[in-house]
Amino acid sequence: MGGQGTTAEGSIDMRKMFVPLLVTVAAMFAAAPVMIGRAPLESTMGLIQKIFYYHVPSWMAMYAAIAVCGVASAMYLFKGRADADDYAVSGAELAVLFGLIGLVTGPLWGRKAWGVWWQWDARLTSALLLELIFVAYLMVRKFGGPGSEKLAAATALFGTATAPFVYKSVDIWRTVHPNTGVVRTLGSSMPDAARPFALSAIAFILLFGVLLTLRVRLARQQHALDELYLAEEDR
Amino acid sequence: MTVRRIVMALWSIVLVSAPSLAFQPPAQDEFVPVTDLPAGDQLPAAPFLIAAYVFVWLAVMLYVWTIWRRLNRVEADMRTLEQRQHGARR
Repeated sequence: MGGQGTTAEGSIDMRKMFVPLLVTVAAMFAAAPVMIGRAPLESTMGLIQKIFYYHVPSWMAMYAAIAVCGVASAMYLFKGRADADDYAVSGAELAVLFGLIGLVTGPLWGRKAWGVWWQWDARLTSALLLELIFVAYLMVRKFGGPGSEKLAAATALFGTATAPFVYKSVDIWRTVHPNTGVVRTLGSSMPDAARPFALSAIAFILLFGVLLTLRVRLARQQHALDELYLAEEDR
Repeated sequence: MTVRRIVMALWSIVLVSAPSLAFQPPAQDEFVPVTDLPAGDQLPAAPFLIAAYVFVWLAVMLYVWTIWRRLNRVEADMRTLEQRQHGARR
């Protein structure tokens, strides 16, 4: 945790983190139009199917964020690890960010492919509820007052337990949304699409890693600031 | 007895076939040119694809900006506190 020297240390770390962030973002910007141009067109949906290259990786990043938030919340609740709470809040924020990307890109795809922006089916509704659970986590932390971290951690565990059901919902119930087999069989059904998809997925996961590092840094600085305030009050 | 069997058989056929007849889509009696399709079916794909791409990057950039802003605020507060504590020691 920080001390009185954390200000300068934090600035240096931010500068260090900014370079990989820029490289990742630049690589993704450069790769995306190439991927869109080269990837094959799907037979029934045509060009609009290429939203797939942002939509699915954004959900992958969201599930990664939920996993981080869930594990960190469990460690905070059951082991009392204060540093795990920094990862939990960072994971929750990123789950909301990547979930929002998925919830916006999905209807853009659906409007063209299905003719509607939104359908209240099992997958879309449960994905929206999952997003709302992590919005609730952040709201509890912001407005819950002292001790809200533990209540928020319990909310995160609930959200994490919900995530596998959201993922499998398309296989369990009949929905308008394609099932999970679409991604699993991509290598055999559309081999030329597998590589751009893998690149896109890796880029999103890298972006998630960089953003997580930045956000954890911010959480630690906030703790360091709280300690400084407490130290001043004790005098 | 035979008549009764025939009536029962016909009735069974009606019962079995009724749902399938009820759910049959109307037969197409003419071809529809693509320009005459409803507006929703004529939507070009590119604007949606570009909108999705732009949204991804706007969302990420906005989030990075909020982290920078929050971190700068925290670091400014820390500097103020450190200066105040150094001043108090002297």
